[in-house]
Amino acid sequence: MDFFLLLLTSGIAVGGIYALIALGFVLIYKATSIINFATGEFMMIGAYIFYTCTVLVGMPAIPAFLMVMAGAGLLGLLVEKTILRHMLGQPTISIVMVTIGLSSILMGLAEIIWSSDFKSFPPLFPRAPIVIGNLIIRSNLFWGFVVAMITVAIFALIFKYAKIGVAMRATAGDQMAAFSMGINVRSMFTLAWIFGSMAASIGGLIIGNIGGVQPNLGGVGLKIFPVVILGGLDSIGGAVIGGFIVGIIENLAGGYLDSLVGGGVKNVAPFIVLVLILMFRPYGLFGRKEIERL
Amino acid sequence: MEDTTSSPAILKVNNIEVIYNHVILVLKGLSLEVPEGEIVALLGSNGAGKSTTLKAISGFLPLENGEISDGNIEFAGDSLQGLAPHQIVRKGIFQVLEGRRVFEDLTVEENLNCGAYTRRDRAEIRLDMEKCFSYFPSLKDRRKRLAGYLSGGEQQMLAISRALLARPRLMMLDEPSLGLAPLLVDEIFAIIKEINQREGTTILLVEQNAQIALSISSYGYIMENGRMVLDGPVEQLLNDRDVQEFYLGFGGEGEEKSYRDVKHYKRRKRWLS
Repeated sequence: MDFFLLLLTSGIAVGGIYALIALGFVLIYKATSIINFATGEFMMIGAYIFYTCTVLVGMPAIPAFLMVMAGAGLLGLLVEKTILRHMLGQPTISIVMVTIGLSSILMGLAEIIWSSDFKSFPPLFPRAPIVIGNLIIRSNLFWGFVVAMITVAIFALIFKYAKIGVAMRATAGDQMAAFSMGINVRSMFTLAWIFGSMAASIGGLIIGNIGGVQPNLGGVGLKIFPVVILGGLDSIGGAVIGGFIVGIIENLAGGYLDSLVGGGVKNVAPFIVLVLILMFRPYGLFGRKEIERL
Repeated sequence: MEDTTSSPAILKVNNIEVIYNHVILVLKGLSLEVPEGEIVALLGSNGAGKSTTLKAISGFLPLENGEISDGNIEFAGDSLQGLAPHQIVRKGIFQVLEGRRVFEDLTVEENLNCGAYTRRDRAEIRLDMEKCFSYFPSLKDRRKRLAGYLSGGEQQMLAISRALLARPRLMMLDEPSLGLAPLLVDEIFAIIKEINQREGTTILLVEQNAQIALSISSYGYIMENGRMVLDGPVEQLLNDRDVQEFYLGFGGEGEEKSYRDVKHYKRRKRWLS
């Protein structure tokens, strides 16, 4: 029983972090209908900016975090304005290919700038593990979960209550009608990229803090894909629940099945879920039913 | 065009030509004027170019690969040339799109807030929202409900309320009667008239239902095939034999035309044009 609870809690903690990264996909997809396959690399760039500011420049964590936000926002803005703005009206597959290409470019750039060596952040949180009852959670995982949930909550509140958030949802629902309200639809696209990039980069900080930073840190981004598909590409709530489901399934499968088959189930399980979901509910658990097939 | 009304025109469309996809000529030298504070009806059959005219004014053409290739549009003395749709809204022109187009995933209240997107005066916005609820009481009970779950009539009320919250100088309504039950149509048009009188909002009304549109308007234009074919004060249009026959459904003597005759007319007209 204790083993089960241990797997469950770490599943929830990891799931919360997945939810945040999934949000990076959802924020952009919701407004622009583009799946950003460079989300993982946005995470990686965020982690490297944090590494540069704290370790190389010697800044304290909070200002370094603000630098990450500024850098991530700038990255999202540049990508949208210089690349995707010109892709408007092109077939979906071309736009998807552009984001895949972008992910390779960013990965290459990171290798040139920071080399492919393994880097790690200075310790940010108390090292001691968190003890709840007779459960023990690694400190970095616990704090990562907390930061992820706070970030998701902030974005959810913006979308629910802020004028700009409501306008973004309106744009996602009906672009022409949004224009007719006086909403500048194009600037909403830009904003979606900025928000998406920020969410992804915070995810990158958390992952980097847990497992260190290297150019292929964004590989986790691909693992998030089942989360996004599970929850529905256009639903923030879906991203959160999808994150928890995938995190828990992954940990349970890893804990119980890995020893039977000699390992690897943990990595495969989310994709098995992905295939099943696509077979029975192609628009996700919470997504809208309009599906575009590539 | 003779000026029969006393108030000056707030909107002037001068001889515009609209082309889609660089080749398809949709509007062929179209002019129209809307005097401040009045309701003007723009009538015509399907495909006459009524919606295109509205889109030319509200700046939507570029979104559909269309452009104004000749002529100009003036609003309150300023040219609207080259302005994007959201900038035109800020100038004071608000279009209620055909088919209601409420934001289905947003609540009624959020939809109304979107209408007020260009405004900053929060207190005034609240008052205007209450005003909308007094025009359309059924929306008040559903303010927290998603707009997608409203009935067609309520969605049209919401679409008009959104426009009210923008406090436009000119409200353009595209087929507000579309898909609504006759009783509901009467109610909505009565409220459009009321809005015009109480708020002083100038209204440009596009309709296929000529009878109800003319009943609240002071001036009417009739389009066919991308051109204005007839215009005049409503009393004059109502007495026009062609209008009576082709748009109001009466024969020359005032009795109702049978469907067969109408069909016959349509067939004949197709041969002629």
